[in-house]
Amino acid sequence: MKYSYYPGCTLKTKAKELDVYARKCAEKLGVELTEVDDWQCCGGVYTTSRDEIVTKLSSVRALNNAKERGQSLVTVCSACHNVIKRVNYDMANDAFVNAGANNYLQLATPYNGETKVIHFLELLRDEIGFENVKKAVVNPVKRRISAYYGCLLLRPGNVMAMDDPENPRIMEDFISAIGGTPVVSPYRNECCGAYLAVTDPAVPARHCGYITDSFKAKGAETVITACPLCMYNLKRNSGDLPVVYFSEILAEALGVK
Amino acid sequence: MDLSEQAENIKRISGVDTKKCLRCGKCTASCPNYEDMEYHPHQFVYFIENGYLDRLLKSDAAFRCMTCFACVERCPRDVKPAKLIEAVRLTLVRQKDSNRLKPYDIIENLNADLPQQAIVSAMRKYTK
Ligand code: SF4
Ligand code: SF4
Repeated sequence: MKYSYYPGCTLKTKAKELDVYARKCAEKLGVELTEVDDWQCCGGVYTTSRDEIVTKLSSVRALNNAKERGQSLVTVCSACHNVIKRVNYDMANDAFVNAGANNYLQLATPYNGETKVIHFLELLRDEIGFENVKKAVVNPVKRRISAYYGCLLLRPGNVMAMDDPENPRIMEDFISAIGGTPVVSPYRNECCGAYLAVTDPAVPARHCGYITDSFKAKGAETVITACPLCMYNLKRNSGDLPVVYFSEILAEALGVK
Repeated sequence: MDLSEQAENIKRISGVDTKKCLRCGKCTASCPNYEDMEYHPHQFVYFIENGYLDRLLKSDAAFRCMTCFACVERCPRDVKPAKLIEAVRLTLVRQKDSNRLKPYDIIENLNADLPQQAIVSAMRKYTK
């Protein structure tokens, strides 16, 4: 199985574990990930306004590169995934955005949203299959684990189309596949406070307080996330509750850590 | 642009049809940052629809929104208040000398763990 892969800036720096362990696990599971050529930062957040064209171009370039290779595009960071998937949706469904981006890029063939964008969790569920992930586990992670989805993997539900945005299960099924016990909290898809970490850290501190208190009250021993910013905000406010990337805990289970 | 033209532009670039709102308040009830915002998602919709955009432009409410899209997901009429809020924010930061975050401001909350993602996201939300 061969895929194009978009790691993203933060995964090359502050969130190396998210990238390195995703690659190791992919290899172990027989998946070949090839980085997009000359990829650029996705910008961290999708710009919702229709007249924001320039801020969507880096995603279009990555999507078009995968299209030229005839591959689906795999992401692992929640934020990159949200931005790229939403831009892809616009390229397929918003004639104004499509015209602006194609007019600027002047590609050999216009890009119209052809590439399939898959988050690593979807790769595990839909392409490899959780039952095959389970078979590859050598060190079952026998812990009570809470999945923290945050906003970016799930919303907007009609575009992200990963799971039920209000009652998701993909991460819980992932936890079960690697031998853990999923611990569900209603705060798992509430926002961590996001980029207000830069302007007013009291905001993420408050939100992450609610979130991690809820995980603790439910008896979680570990929290998993796919987002470096959720990781940062949660970690600073979770006390002694460990927060790890889902790819790192998968690597532990697959014996490649 | 006068205020009504600005309101029209906000509707145009956000793609939001404010008339679809049935004023149920579910967006605001869903907003995790409710207590932190002077005006709430349903008020963005109502104010823009009814000629009170000036209140939104004078407030920092748009800059307190986390773009978590809870209000969008839970709106029974698919109004997408967060897109309207982002268009208000853009209306402000697209004006000359109106960046809400200067590179030097970041230093105050900078530390060894702060991910690049946080900085680029904040720059995108608060500057042009
Ligand atoms: S997107 Fe903004 S306004 Fe809407 S629920 Fe989230 S924080 Fe509140
Ligand atoms: S949830 Fe939708 S319909 Fe209800 S008040 Fe908010 S914008 Fe209007």
